[in-house]
Amino acid sequence: MSQNILIVAEHDGRTLSVATAKCVACAATVPDAALTVVVCAADTATLSQQAAALAGVGTVLTVEHPVHAHPLAAAIAPQIAALAGPYTHVFGPSSTFGKDLMPRIAALLKTVQVSDIMAIESATRFRRPIYAGNAIITVEVLDGAQVVGTVRTASFQPAAAGGSARIEAASPLIEPPSHTRFVSVSAARSDRPDLQTAARVVSGGRALGSAENFQLLYGLADTLGAAVGASRAAVDAGYAPNELQVGQTGKIIAPELYIAIGISGAIQHLTGIKDARTIVAINKDPDAPIFEIADFGLVGDLFEIVPQLQKLLG
Amino acid sequence: MKRILVGIKRVVDYNVRIRIKPDGSGVLTDGVKMSVNPFDEIALEEALRIKERGAAEEVVVVTVGPADCQPQLRTCLAMGADRALHVQTDTALEPLATAGVLRSLIEREQPFLVLLGKQAIDDDNGQTGQMLAALWDRPQATFASKIELTEEKARVTREVDAGLETLEIDLPAVVTVDLRLNEPRYVKLPDIMKAKKKPLETLTLESLGVTPRTQLKTLRHEPPAQRSKGVRVNDAAELLAALKQKGLL
Ligand SMILES: Cc1cc2nc3c(=O)[nH]c(=O)nc-3n(C[C@@H](O)[C@H](O)[C@H](O)COP(=O)(O)OP(=O)(O)OC[C@H]3O[C@@H](n4cnc5c(N)ncnc54)[C@H](O)[C@@H]3O)c2cc1C
Ligand SMILES: Cc1cc2nc3c(=O)[nH]c(=O)nc-3n(C[C@H](O)[C@H](O)[C@H](O)COP(=O)(O)OP(=O)(O)OC[C@H]3O[C@@H](n4cnc5c(N)ncnc54)[C@H](O)[C@@H]3O)c2cc1C
Repeated sequence: MSQNILIVAEHDGRTLSVATAKCVACAATVPDAALTVVVCAADTATLSQQAAALAGVGTVLTVEHPVHAHPLAAAIAPQIAALAGPYTHVFGPSSTFGKDLMPRIAALLKTVQVSDIMAIESATRFRRPIYAGNAIITVEVLDGAQVVGTVRTASFQPAAAGGSARIEAASPLIEPPSHTRFVSVSAARSDRPDLQTAARVVSGGRALGSAENFQLLYGLADTLGAAVGASRAAVDAGYAPNELQVGQTGKIIAPELYIAIGISGAIQHLTGIKDARTIVAINKDPDAPIFEIADFGLVGDLFEIVPQLQKLLG
Repeated sequence: MKRILVGIKRVVDYNVRIRIKPDGSGVLTDGVKMSVNPFDEIALEEALRIKERGAAEEVVVVTVGPADCQPQLRTCLAMGADRALHVQTDTALEPLATAGVLRSLIEREQPFLVLLGKQAIDDDNGQTGQMLAALWDRPQATFASKIELTEEKARVTREVDAGLETLEIDLPAVVTVDLRLNEPRYVKLPDIMKAKKKPLETLTLESLGVTPRTQLKTLRHEPPAQRSKGVRVNDAAELLAALKQKGLL
């Protein structure tokens, strides 16, 4: 049987997120599948063109409504559920956007969700991590149930450009509920690379000791053209903002180079970096668990080593 | 009565390094320490604080699971919950079914707020709260790091990938909590004694009119791919040389 997959686009109003291109790449590994991307936005003109340019996408559906200026699950879910009838699968990214939205869609469709898909074995068979990535399970969706899935973006490379999908306005359009209202978002806009897509990440832990000391890492990151990450302990202590947290309950990332500085290597942290190509650990405790998974380990005081690295790179 | 319902799941304690059964059929849980899902402790703590400042009158905890989940419910009663509901079943429910059970309990308990964890640290599904909100046709605010309540509304700050987002939602609603919402209190010995006298009601799926569906089958468990052991370098210069050699700088 051929498959028909609907992918819910994530975007910031202007640009489609890389996570969407990764969902497309994931969906493209389902054998014999036609791919449709649905863009819900206040203005879909440029977003739909970006989606149409992703290799492998056959159709782009647009849903335009002022409420979609911000990604409200309560507004998007009934719309997607109303469109989902013809599709065998509905996918979204395993970002906070998709984690918030997709289960709401699954429940409206009275069907099952497979969270954090890391590999597709067939149209009904998927691999996903549990226990903070300490076990990988293979699950089978039974009885031809429609599949809602979130895609673990760190497991996929983004779909290439070069597509030329047809763009259509979706119907029916659903009037969104008024019980949920967007108030504000406080995004720390920075010129640094985005943590989720950066090739290099410099990450700091509790050992930094203060927000001022954390600036040391920003210096090193800027020299390396790297994004900055943090452990939960560093975020909880207020040394770094929450959006920098890496791990089971933060971001799952897969950079080329991850430099963990003053981070002990708790399993909840490690689950966020398992797919990094090379891990460097700098820690004064030679028995810190982070060394068990580091490709290069350097035992020593970060307050000496980081300035030395700066100087040598300078 | 102004009531808050809190969903509790018993999970393998977060400090346990889990092991997979040799035949791949599951995870070894015999003799392993079980605890309340850390996010659910935070949900309960928030409910207790809301009650303590007079914005709620009763905190009810509920768990859906086998008979041996009761110690975790007692822990919640010792923390300060007023009552516990145990929907007892030996069937492993999928999140949609768990959400269905919670939905039917909402009918019974009429809470103005339902607090759940943002995810259970064993299955890591992160689905139940959003599914419940959909089945109930009410607002959801996931990954909450701050909850402000007024009579009919809640203002919730959420931890999202971009930073912090604030939503305003009408009550009743479902809120799922993130780690930085609060720090749960420790349970004191006298409270454990008192908790033994608090009501713990056992219910069945049949009595709630829920027939769970199974739409997912787990075929096998495997350990994750292991990273190969790395090397030690002696100083900053050696580190940079090694990274250059690998083409990373
Ligand atoms: C094979 C299998 C075996 C299972 N064995 C057990 C078991 O022995 N004991 C057990 O308790 N569960 C067991 N379950 C879990 C099942 O009943 C879960 O409740 C359901 O799968 C929800 O998914 P999740 O745990 O990933 O929740 P998530 O969606 O990640 O959980 C989010 C939040 O929902 C609430 N919640 C989740 N589950 C429950 C629950 N059961 N009761 C009340 N609130 C809840 C909590 O507040 C939690 O923080 C099993 C599930 C499967 C598939
Ligand atoms: C449900 C749950 C979810 C969680 N989710 C996450 C998550 O998403 N991400 C996450 O990171 N954590 C998470 N955690 C927390 C995790 O368990 C750890 O507590 C946390 O990662 C520890 O942070 P850390 O390594 O910075 O601090 P610590 O464990 O305190 O480690 C600090 C390290 O710095 C070293 N050090 C100290 N001084 C120096 C110095 N001068 N020079 C060099 N090294 C030095 C020490 O040797 C130590 O190894 C979670 C926990 C729970 C219970």
